Amino acid sequence: MTRADLIQIAYLVAAFCFILGLRWLSSPRTARKGNLVAALGMLIAIIATLVDGRVVGYTWIAIAAFVGGSIGALVARRVQMTAMPQLVALLNGLGGGAAALIAISEYHVAGAAGEARLGAVIAVSVMFSTIVGSISFAGSLVAFGKLQELLPGRPITWPLQTVINGLGAIVVLGLAAYASFNIHDPLLWLAAGIALLLGVSAVLPIGGADMPVVIAFLNACTGLAAAATGFALNNSLLIIAGVLVGASGTLLTQLMSKAMNRSVASVLFGAFGGGGGGGGSGVSATGEALPVLEISASDLAAQLVYARRVMIVPGYGLAVAQAQHPVRELADLLIERGVSVAFAIHPVAGRMPGHMNVLLAEADVPYDQLLEMEEANPDFPQTDIVLVIGANDVVNPAARDDENSPLYGMPILEVDNAENVIVFKRSMASGFAGVENMLFHDPKTRMLFGDARKSLTQLVQDVQAV
Amino acid sequence: MSLITELVILVLAAWVGIEVISKVPQMLHTPLMSGTNAIHGVVIVGAILVLGAAAGGTVETICGIVAVAFGAANVVGGFVVTDRMLQMFRRRPEPPKEGQG
Repeated sequence: MTRADLIQIAYLVAAFCFILGLRWLSSPRTARKGNLVAALGMLIAIIATLVDGRVVGYTWIAIAAFVGGSIGALVARRVQMTAMPQLVALLNGLGGGAAALIAISEYHVAGAAGEARLGAVIAVSVMFSTIVGSISFAGSLVAFGKLQELLPGRPITWPLQTVINGLGAIVVLGLAAYASFNIHDPLLWLAAGIALLLGVSAVLPIGGADMPVVIAFLNACTGLAAAATGFALNNSLLIIAGVLVGASGTLLTQLMSKAMNRSVASVLFGAFGGGGGGGGSGVSATGEALPVLEISASDLAAQLVYARRVMIVPGYGLAVAQAQHPVRELADLLIERGVSVAFAIHPVAGRMPGHMNVLLAEADVPYDQLLEMEEANPDFPQTDIVLVIGANDVVNPAARDDENSPLYGMPILEVDNAENVIVFKRSMASGFAGVENMLFHDPKTRMLFGDARKSLTQLVQDVQAV
Repeated sequence: MSLITELVILVLAAWVGIEVISKVPQMLHTPLMSGTNAIHGVVIVGAILVLGAAAGGTVETICGIVAVAFGAANVVGGFVVTDRMLQMFRRRPEPPKEGQG
């Protein structure tokens, strides 16, 4: 067996590890093992590549890998769980950038070897990888900036946005086609530059609430760009791994946009048109202020202790207020008293798919207390008290009842089917979508105003006193 | 490898990917994303081939160095942070005395 054969076998083992790792991610019991297996696969792949006969120099590889790897490890160990979406966006951008750079280098090598034009397969894969990788790089960095609040989270729009982006895309494609037939480095650099601008201008108009969709979409882009470099380099492992990620990103993109009631196209190509629905600020159609009923922490504590079933609906506001720990304490206390407690989690409850589950896991909430929307909704009619903490749009009944609402059709947690609803809220401001929430004015709803962390801490004390 | 072989690999990988990933529960979607994120860091393999074979050419060397560094950060950061998240997912230590929660 030649060395090349052995390398191919190592790649096969690596691909097997990746797939097994993803398979084990289907249960929280095996998930950690799955991640380790995938990492082992990556190690095997990298070692196999290092012994490839084509690799002659090691100094720069060692230096670059050490610097990149150390930074990656450092950031990954330090990052707060609330900042996970930013980190995923950033790492995703790096992967996309790497794919684009590989393609640019392959293009250069072909030119330096005296070729005048690229073969069809190489041309398509090099151009795809350059363009999609660049878009993913720039788009991910903008998403990172928005999530890290270095850039404003609201949609940034300008006139003729879609038209300009469309023209940019046409220019890039034309340039790529021309550059394939006339190898000349600056042509590809120009195409990559325009693709970077496209990535920026595609993500800038997307609002903070739509970020879960964008991150999943960019994840798919990077995966496919990596697969394309596999075609350019004739490397089966890159194709397999890239396509696995592409499939995952595509599935999550669809899932997220469905949960937000938006088509993928409308997220990517249209800024969110807020407003509409029941007016702006707690005012009914006829102009009079709608009633809002309040409750005190001590009254609520008494009610909670005597409840049979309590459901907690956490939104991103809970994480912003750093209230995961007090909410877990409250749940534990109530469970001790024989109350059945569960958390109902909407798919877009955080800033990325599944984000809220991670935040609650960090606060030691056991995962068997976490219910998905489909499991929780049939439960609400048997629930005595629902605590809505820092969530707004995902419990807005307008999504079900009001055809004129921009939220209409979005799957929601139907908390208004429960006996009592308590909404923890800082003030009467509207949610991310800027839509009025009639749940707050429902006769069975009581508001507990204030910082969620303080309210919950107070509530924990009051429950202990009951 | 012929183009046909590569396309066969592509289609089968896409199929396996969709089958496997659609079984991942919503609860684990964030680790799934950061884990797949780490997996696309496999571009580091391509970056190593580019940089390792670069015989002194400036463009290949610069592209290769940056690509290897990006890829390494992507791979290491992705797997480390996924592990950090997954070790937090725990079942309840003991079954509750009452209630069905």
